[in-house]
Amino acid sequence: MIKLDAKIPEGRIQDKWNNYKFNMKLVGPANKRKYEIIIVGSGLAGASAAASLGELGYNVKVITFHDSPRRAHSIAAQGGINAAKNYQNDGDSVYRLFYDTIKGGDFRAREANVYRLAEVSNNIIDQCVAQGVPFAREYGGLLDNRSFGGALVSRTFYAKGQTGQQLLLGAYSAMNRQIALGKVKVFNRREMLDLVVVDGAAKGVICRNLLTGEIEKYSAHAVILATGGYANVFFLSTNAMNCNATAIWRAHKKGAAFANPCYTQIHPTCLPVHGENQSKLTLMSESLRNDGRIWVSKIKGDMRDPNDIPEEERDYYLERKYPTYGNLAPRDISSRAAKEAFDDGRGAKGQEAVYLDFKDAINRLGENVIRERYGNLFEMYETITGENPYKTPMKIYPAPHYTMGGLWVDYNLMSTIPGLFVAGEANFSDHGANRLGASALMQGLADGYFVLPYTIGNYLAGDKPTYVKTDHEEFNKAAKEIEDMTNKLLSIKGKRTVDDIHKQLGRLMWNKVGMARNEKGLKEVINEIKELREEFWKNVNVVGDAKDVNQCLERAGRVADFLELGELMAVDALHRNESCGGHFREEYQTEEGEAKRDDENFAYVAAWEYKSVGDWELNKEPLVYENIQLATRSYK
Amino acid sequence: MNTNKLNLTLRIWRQKNANTPGKFVDYKVSVSPDSSFLEMLDDINNELESKNQDPIAFESDCREGICGTCGLVIQGHPHGPIPRIATCQLHMRNFKDGETIYVEPFRAKAFPIIKDLMVDRSAFDKIQQAGGYISINTGSAPDGNAIPIPKEVASEAMDAATCIGCGACVAACKNASAMLFVSAKVSQFALLPQGQSERYERVQRMVKVMDELGFGSCSNTYACEAECPKGISIKNIARMNRDYIVAKIAKEEVV
Repeated sequence: MIKLDAKIPEGRIQDKWNNYKFNMKLVGPANKRKYEIIIVGSGLAGASAAASLGELGYNVKVITFHDSPRRAHSIAAQGGINAAKNYQNDGDSVYRLFYDTIKGGDFRAREANVYRLAEVSNNIIDQCVAQGVPFAREYGGLLDNRSFGGALVSRTFYAKGQTGQQLLLGAYSAMNRQIALGKVKVFNRREMLDLVVVDGAAKGVICRNLLTGEIEKYSAHAVILATGGYANVFFLSTNAMNCNATAIWRAHKKGAAFANPCYTQIHPTCLPVHGENQSKLTLMSESLRNDGRIWVSKIKGDMRDPNDIPEEERDYYLERKYPTYGNLAPRDISSRAAKEAFDDGRGAKGQEAVYLDFKDAINRLGENVIRERYGNLFEMYETITGENPYKTPMKIYPAPHYTMGGLWVDYNLMSTIPGLFVAGEANFSDHGANRLGASALMQGLADGYFVLPYTIGNYLAGDKPTYVKTDHEEFNKAAKEIEDMTNKLLSIKGKRTVDDIHKQLGRLMWNKVGMARNEKGLKEVINEIKELREEFWKNVNVVGDAKDVNQCLERAGRVADFLELGELMAVDALHRNESCGGHFREEYQTEEGEAKRDDENFAYVAAWEYKSVGDWELNKEPLVYENIQLATRSYK
Repeated sequence: MNTNKLNLTLRIWRQKNANTPGKFVDYKVSVSPDSSFLEMLDDINNELESKNQDPIAFESDCREGICGTCGLVIQGHPHGPIPRIATCQLHMRNFKDGETIYVEPFRAKAFPIIKDLMVDRSAFDKIQQAGGYISINTGSAPDGNAIPIPKEVASEAMDAATCIGCGACVAACKNASAMLFVSAKVSQFALLPQGQSERYERVQRMVKVMDELGFGSCSNTYACEAECPKGISIKNIARMNRDYIVAKIAKEEVV
């Protein structure tokens, strides 16, 4: 058993972060330069942490598998970033953002972390504006806002449909400044393949140089993983091709508990699957739901063209079921409603798709306003599908998008391995069982700009970790294990390609650990994943050399980890005998088909401790709600 | 969904590494018009792997045209023959049955070839490190609404900031000039009030590093703008030149 101590500071929720900052230990300015910190990943969380820690005076090494840190997948986030500025005078506040996030997460997130997130959200906007992030403005020159799902206020800041890009380029530029000043060093085209733990604490990482194939060793006083989520376990997801779970998974196998792996977000507005060789699914920003109306035909098997279906024969099912939030119902609820419509035989032209229609908005506001708001998204849609969404409703369908689960962290964002911190999507901390739109960017930047710079200092000054050189036996042992694994993968020379096995895993996950889960399916899928994993290690074909650019080998290592993680997701989903947020167990639903939580038995974080492949021990962190009363989530 | 497959000949550049000469190799494919160009390459690679052959090395990540990782020269055009999209957004419905398609890496002295269709564009990062930022530490920012920025100014800065750093402008230019890329960043900050303090130092620093890294000069052919997947305007180059001259004449040289 691991002792899970969330280390939540004392005091009222409003005072906790202030109390923490006052009571924490500080590293003196002259001593900061004596410390080395490794950051794996260069997305919003990684780059913002690198810049901020570099500014403070620490020596930072950033490791990324990309050719440039600017390519991290945060770049693809479209819609926006939330903050409790209340610039719109519509009743927003830190407390409301906190409340909406807890409720949106279906009461499965830790109150203190979420409150802190809401508290620093305003600083993020200020910071990004000062860096030159060109947020959208109103005619008076002030910042513009729009609404996202799960909120009745307009608190989302945006830069066209490219908010993630602009925020990442802001963090990247701040990091570039520290690179120029010599405080941050980037090691690009390196993939972290193991965490090095010495005497129970994280001391470094092992990487493969993706150009030469060399196995390299890096040491530091503390390690931060900011390596994103694991939605690519489904093969088809909105994640980028190279997104993977390897860094967090290998850290998990070295002792970091993995929390709530079954909480996966299926995003309601993605482009439907077009064919067998499809490589990924494309997201259409949730912001479209500000003006688009989602509907299907009222008639089963209706093969008519959408423009030929008269108004009275259309079912605007979100508006019907959730009149208060309508098309802005949270993601988990909207996705399930789409699946329900399809399962009822009412998918768009019989396909796994529903309509997202802008006709009313165009009539109300004119095509130009719609073009200004969503022009790039409409173009993207037309490029991919060959259809013009100004004339014909878009076809959309839910797809795996984000993973709320991740490595367990305490209030310091430290995992169960001392010295190993986890930030952004890679940790589990703030979104409970369902993340609200425009909150991922907020969390990534909160962790990197405003949380880690404090909590890392507290660790370094408090624990006074030693520096272990890379010639230490633990480094050599870990490097040897990675070399052995590489050689093993290359020696199998079986019949199936890496992608072929990954696609099969993806189908298993989507069918049985996707939008709806049940006991029977989960029990089956656990065995099916085990069998597939065995087949992988006997029958995969990894071509090429170890000491060369080898993209096939890179993918093989990632799929090997997905084949273990997928099982844990199913194990977690099977044990959680309730429905909450993105985790929907068919056995636990209300008469109207809504998620039915069981607060009595499941108001806890499930933190899984690795024992051996396919064997975990469950640890529980009870969730205590002192400020928000547990309630049935209603968006009606 | 379209069921008529296209039969195509792909003439793809294969090169083991920077020190080995490369050559075109032909691949015959039958592909759905709904497939993307890169999904077609995925299919070829899957087939090569199942025959124990080395797959074609090419890079891509987001496959939504925003990360800037992908970049192939297709039929002589960086990112292919369709304007305003990245390679990953190119779909096969834009090609004709029976066509022969040439696929090459971005070619420029400052972008050495790594393998097959992969090139090294880290020179772009070095230019950004030379000054592509506003010097502000975390935590010291004033309120986001403290300085109103006219909507048109913010939009123009946004248009410049849209650059995805893919390098198509360099690949399109007969001189392999990086002026469009550099001017996009220079312009974003030159337009915004936050960027004024370092405006003239920034342009000098970034241009200096650009020149040192082996990018060529601009000779105003506008090929960069024509091939840019994000439609970055050459007006940015004019703005950068203006700032550079002002910096050299009116300001003391700092670098």
